[in-house]
Amino acid sequence: MNDFIPAPIAQLPWKTILLLLVMASFGFVVLYSAAGGSLTPWAGLHMIRFMVFLSMAIVFSRLKENFWKAIAFPVYIVVVIMLLGVELIGAVGGGSQRWLNLGFIRIQPSELMKPAIILAVARFYDLLPAGQIRTWGAIWPLLVLIAFPCALILLQPDLGTTITVVAGAMTVAFLAGLPMRLFIGGAAAVAVIAPIAFFFGLEEYQQRRVTTFLNPENDPLGAGYHISQSKIAIGSGGIFGKGFLNGTQSHLDYLPEGHTDFVFATMAEEWGLMGGVAVLAGFFLLFRWGLSVSMRAKTRFSQLAAAGLSTTIFFYVAINLMMVMGLAPVVGIPLPFLSHGGSSMMTIMICIGILMAIDRHPGRRSGTFG
Amino acid sequence: MSIAGGKTISGAVQALTFSRRATIIGGLQASIGILLAGRMAYISVAENERYQLLSESNRVNLTLVPPRRGWLIDRNGKPIANNKTDFRVDLIPDRMRDKEKTVATLAELLSLEPEEIERINKELEQASSFQPVQVATGLDWESFASVSVRLPDLPGVSPRQGFSRFYPTGAAVGHLVGYVGIASAEDFKANPDPILVTPGYKIGKDGLEKTFEDRLQGKPGAKRVEVTARGKIVRELDSRPDIPGKALQLTLDIDLQEYAARRLGPESGSVVVMDCKTGDILAMTSMPSFDPNSFSDGIGQTEYGMLRDDDHVPLRDKSLKGLFPPGSTIKPMVGLAFLEAGLSPDDSVNCNGGLRVGNRRFRCWNRRGHGRVDMAKGIYQSCDVYFYHFAQKIGMNPIALMANRLGLGQEFPLPVTNQFYGTVPDPQWKMKKFDRAWQAFDTVNATIGQGYMLTNPLQLAVMSARIATGKKLMPNLLLNEKRKAAETLNIDPEHMAYIHEAMSQVVNGAGTARRARLPLDDVKLAGKTGTAQVVNLDFGRGGKDVAWKFRDHGLFVSFAPVDNPRYAAAVVIEHGGGSGAAYPVARDVMTFLYDKEKAMNILSDLEKSWGGTIAERMDKQMTAYRAKVAIEKAIAEGRITPEGTVATGETPNAEMGQ
Repeated sequence: MNDFIPAPIAQLPWKTILLLLVMASFGFVVLYSAAGGSLTPWAGLHMIRFMVFLSMAIVFSRLKENFWKAIAFPVYIVVVIMLLGVELIGAVGGGSQRWLNLGFIRIQPSELMKPAIILAVARFYDLLPAGQIRTWGAIWPLLVLIAFPCALILLQPDLGTTITVVAGAMTVAFLAGLPMRLFIGGAAAVAVIAPIAFFFGLEEYQQRRVTTFLNPENDPLGAGYHISQSKIAIGSGGIFGKGFLNGTQSHLDYLPEGHTDFVFATMAEEWGLMGGVAVLAGFFLLFRWGLSVSMRAKTRFSQLAAAGLSTTIFFYVAINLMMVMGLAPVVGIPLPFLSHGGSSMMTIMICIGILMAIDRHPGRRSGTFG
Repeated sequence: MSIAGGKTISGAVQALTFSRRATIIGGLQASIGILLAGRMAYISVAENERYQLLSESNRVNLTLVPPRRGWLIDRNGKPIANNKTDFRVDLIPDRMRDKEKTVATLAELLSLEPEEIERINKELEQASSFQPVQVATGLDWESFASVSVRLPDLPGVSPRQGFSRFYPTGAAVGHLVGYVGIASAEDFKANPDPILVTPGYKIGKDGLEKTFEDRLQGKPGAKRVEVTARGKIVRELDSRPDIPGKALQLTLDIDLQEYAARRLGPESGSVVVMDCKTGDILAMTSMPSFDPNSFSDGIGQTEYGMLRDDDHVPLRDKSLKGLFPPGSTIKPMVGLAFLEAGLSPDDSVNCNGGLRVGNRRFRCWNRRGHGRVDMAKGIYQSCDVYFYHFAQKIGMNPIALMANRLGLGQEFPLPVTNQFYGTVPDPQWKMKKFDRAWQAFDTVNATIGQGYMLTNPLQLAVMSARIATGKKLMPNLLLNEKRKAAETLNIDPEHMAYIHEAMSQVVNGAGTARRARLPLDDVKLAGKTGTAQVVNLDFGRGGKDVAWKFRDHGLFVSFAPVDNPRYAAAVVIEHGGGSGAAYPVARDVMTFLYDKEKAMNILSDLEKSWGGTIAERMDKQMTAYRAKVAIEKAIAEGRITPEGTVATGETPNAEMGQ
């Protein structure tokens, strides 16, 4: 830039911050409407939280790779202990036990596990000698790393988060270079096991969600209600939407969870396909940035962590949007930057913060000169 | 070195693998992004119309407003059935979440009787999901408001301000007018119009309400309101007012109708009054009756049980569906038949109290005999032997023909749901029906209105009116209906005058109903008594000293004034014990037509002795019936023994302790 702006400020990743700010502001606008044209209870808090977590992310961005490497395993262990704590003393909320009340703050350890598992797995493959990547030794520690948190999160039970955690870890493992046939075989195995798991592994309410998402109109007042109403909201918005503050599905309470998981439907009703395309474009820019950070990263840990964190955010977006558009069953996953909710925003901004840190400190390719 | 070199090579391979695989991930992400964009475009563009419709049907709730039913008014414009403003609460079964809790909450808010709660629960079980179940009607504003404010917690509850049918004279018009009620599942299947299942919408279920359903119904209004998902109304978008049904003016004089009903008192019977000029039915009442207001509000089980169990059959319209042997009331008609057949009115017979026909002796009602009897005396003294004797000479066919001409055995073109038209027997009829030849004793029986002869009270009134006027008067219920003037019956005026005089003698001379003389100076009543045997009693006639259901029916046909007939009336008292039960009623009803005050004075004294007005007596009966049902239930459940001692709670406790 130039000399008028102090270096520390000029060095900030302004493009990224601007993108985030635009998306969170759009979230603010949607939540403002969802509350019937009011800052309370959602829009105002949403923006305050975003600013706080953005500050946190900027602080994170100053921390160097070595710091993240160093805390990867300890953070993982701490979060697993917190998950255990949830099982032991967690308060019951939202039908399943997810919250841990630390007195001054209520946090959802399963959310923290999303970046934690990425860092831990990335660190593990960073430590693993390159020659062992095609051995059994590259696989069982991964399974152990996944097993502990997933078992605890499934106990809550929280299927959506479990899927995200497993998928995040798998993505890192995939990028780390585990044999391709493992993934192809794994996909085949899932295809076989999924139906069995569906009938014997899932709780009844989870089963119902899966069956009804395929045909929500069959059960318009029961489990299919969410999806039906969400599709009605999106579909009735048309190309240009019903206009700001004019959504009826959200304002008349037909759309359930219109400020959290189904915020996209609230948005689409008022802003139409144009709003939807804008949101998708925003996320496209974000993920392009995320992947480019990982491509530019010089160290193995940075590469894996950046790609993994970026993909973790992608999972939020993909699962949430597929859910609201009737392409996936209802699993409680919010839409980043638009949904109201502190825990998920914290997770996402942690991911963003670490991504910004890697962006700032791409590291030096080790061993190149050695 | 080799290790380091290997690592370097591996590291390079790994870096390559990473960038290749990261590209795969990026590609996958991009394709999911495209999939999502495509999906969204599909929903919001291709299916936009469909979802817009769904969104609108979510947002906008079209409520139908039941139309006000057309009034039924009497000939003077007084209401027979009208509509009163009504606050009501209904349940829509398929919108309810927790039925038990909702009903319990409503029961508390509206302080419903246990019996009502039982009915609601039962109807909820039986009703199709879309059929509204009535919780309560006729609520006061406070109860109505207390439900309305709790609506968000009571899904499926529909409080409405509407109109309900009201019959000011209650039971007096029950049978004729009928009642209204909620459309049945069959009605809805036959005509799946959503108005049929709108709470508060009633259709005619019986009587005129049913016959004139199309005319009285009206057109429903509609209201479009914006509602939240929980059913809370946000605002009214637009509304179309209902078009009330057309009023229907009846020939009835509702005051006379009510008077007749009240005058019947505790008896089971019917009064029909006709206008001799037009054939208009001025009153057609059948008592005891039901209160159509109770039926229209959805009758309670206990009240229905009471009506069903009553041996006076309040559920049957005796004017049109009660068939009675007319007894001696047909004697003037038979007299006309004799005259037309050429019998001289002076031809007489000696009555010694009976007449042998075949191998059986037929008694006259007067065992001591009437001495010499001509036609006039045969009528005013109601001598049976006179008719036994000459009927055998004239034969049955002329009598049956005259009976038919005067309206007996006829079904009239009236807008009623059903008429039982009875029997005027003749030889052909008997052969067809029983495959047996007509016998002399059949004629003898028929000529005094017994045997196979059966009529309903309306036919008797028509007969009186036709005898009074000599015209073929047809009974009407609708005022100002276009119709032809009554044709003449072509009866010789001299014959008519003779019969009129004889009938006047019944009341004003040496006849059988001298107490039926009107308490008026200028109006004379003509009539004929009848006492119809119900069973053959060996121990004499079925007077007041035998069980009610064995007592004779009391009948009286009449018209007034004698010299220029204006009104004709028939009164039938079922098991009244004789004509003495019938003609005082006819007298007072006729008096009412000329002097209301005098008639009302008579009635108020009588009602004091009967224990109140119709409504008061029905209430008392209801209370007694409730108590009876409660006791029977208690006995059935073993809470009290039939001897009346209350079972103590100690015994079962002691047993439980073991």
